[in-house]
Amino acid sequence: MTTGEVKLIGAWASPFVMRPRIALNLKSVPYEFLQETFGSKSELLLKSNPAHKKIPVLLHADKPVCESNIIVEYIDETWSSSGPSVLPSHPYDRAMARFWAAYIDEKWFVSLRSFPKAQGEEETKAALAQLEEANAILEKAFIDCSKGKPFFNGDNIGYLDIALGCFLGWLRVTELTGGHKLLDEAKTPSLSKWAERFCNDPAVKPVMPETAKLAEFAKKIFAKPHA
Amino acid sequence: MAERSEEVKLLGMWASPFSRRIEIALTIKGVPYEFSEQDITNKSALLLQLNPVHKMIPVLVHHGKPISESLVILEYIDDTWQNNPILPQDPYEKAMARFWAKFIDEQICVAAMKVVGKTGEEKDAAVEATRDLLKFLEKELVGKDFFGGKNLGFVDIVATLIAFWVMRTEEIVGVKVVPVEIFPEIHRWVKNLLANDVIKKCIPPEDEHLRYIKDRMVKLIIKPA
Repeated sequence: MTTGEVKLIGAWASPFVMRPRIALNLKSVPYEFLQETFGSKSELLLKSNPAHKKIPVLLHADKPVCESNIIVEYIDETWSSSGPSVLPSHPYDRAMARFWAAYIDEKWFVSLRSFPKAQGEEETKAALAQLEEANAILEKAFIDCSKGKPFFNGDNIGYLDIALGCFLGWLRVTELTGGHKLLDEAKTPSLSKWAERFCNDPAVKPVMPETAKLAEFAKKIFAKPHA
Repeated sequence: MAERSEEVKLLGMWASPFSRRIEIALTIKGVPYEFSEQDITNKSALLLQLNPVHKMIPVLVHHGKPISESLVILEYIDDTWQNNPILPQDPYEKAMARFWAKFIDEQICVAAMKVVGKTGEEKDAAVEATRDLLKFLEKELVGKDFFGGKNLGFVDIVATLIAFWVMRTEEIVGVKVVPVEIFPEIHRWVKNLLANDVIKKCIPPEDEHLRYIKDRMVKLIIKPA
């Protein structure tokens, strides 16, 4: 059933929120974007996602769907006749997409996040090495999944492109503030070229925050003590 | 030795909930498979070759290609063999099933493990935290035989971790994490599981399982930090 109002509870700066926004764009599904105020959680959010109290939450005819990658799959399945397929069609390719998406959240993103937290030269070096190792793994994954095409998903961006690409804004901010190149064209040439193509995709451009705006936001939120 | 490409091989470990859930799924689908018992304390060259990223079981090999991560494998099995569907067909129900599966693995499993080896106030807090999460699942079972409705489904398969690992180890851990007074639905659901032929066939035998866990806990707790 594709009828029913679509709302998305989220925030412009969140990479996880970006995932369903890109998917909705790919499917040309109009939606109301309900932005949460940083530092507080709306009644609607708490009611819609009592288990995690986190964004994004998709509300389709008032029924909530939570967890960004799960929302993306839901969008793909619900609006299956519009736009390109977000998940690949072959079971093995789907398994690879899901495998790498889980790796990105559990290992790669954790490495990225630990980089600005590193204190001193030793810790920074270790964090950088960990991220570089993760990048090298993803470089190979890209070559395996893309099979010579421009995106992980082939000719068009898909689930895995979205799962990784949503972090590119924050990656750039971390590069700026840390003064270290984190996605190096020399070390990960395929991934670097993919990153540019991803950011220029018409479904991505409207929802990818500008690096400067994101950097300013980062300064504000990291200046406060963590809750 | 010539290998038929349709052959299914599962690298697993008899006492692992993540490995057992794959066996449950393959059995529901009636898919014959070769089981390769792995020593996780001394990982084989085959395991390291087939899962270089995580170096963990379970790994499913089909058409010579390896797939890792139990939830990914479960979805692959459901995508590949269409009989006896494990996931619901409706996109919303499917999303909910995926949500609860993730919740069990990432929240409940982690919280339950924090109870082990703790004492006093720390232990009480860990138990409380686990129960708070389990209450969500308790609610989900109201009016249903299984999480999947009338039949076993994706969430039931994943939740065997609770029924046959978390709940079985309560005596060893020294606290009833899932008492029947607070979780009557979950207890009713476990009874339903135990009446199911596939579950009976695919869960580790209780006595052997408890002995193994006791052994492991002794090793882990006595091990110097």
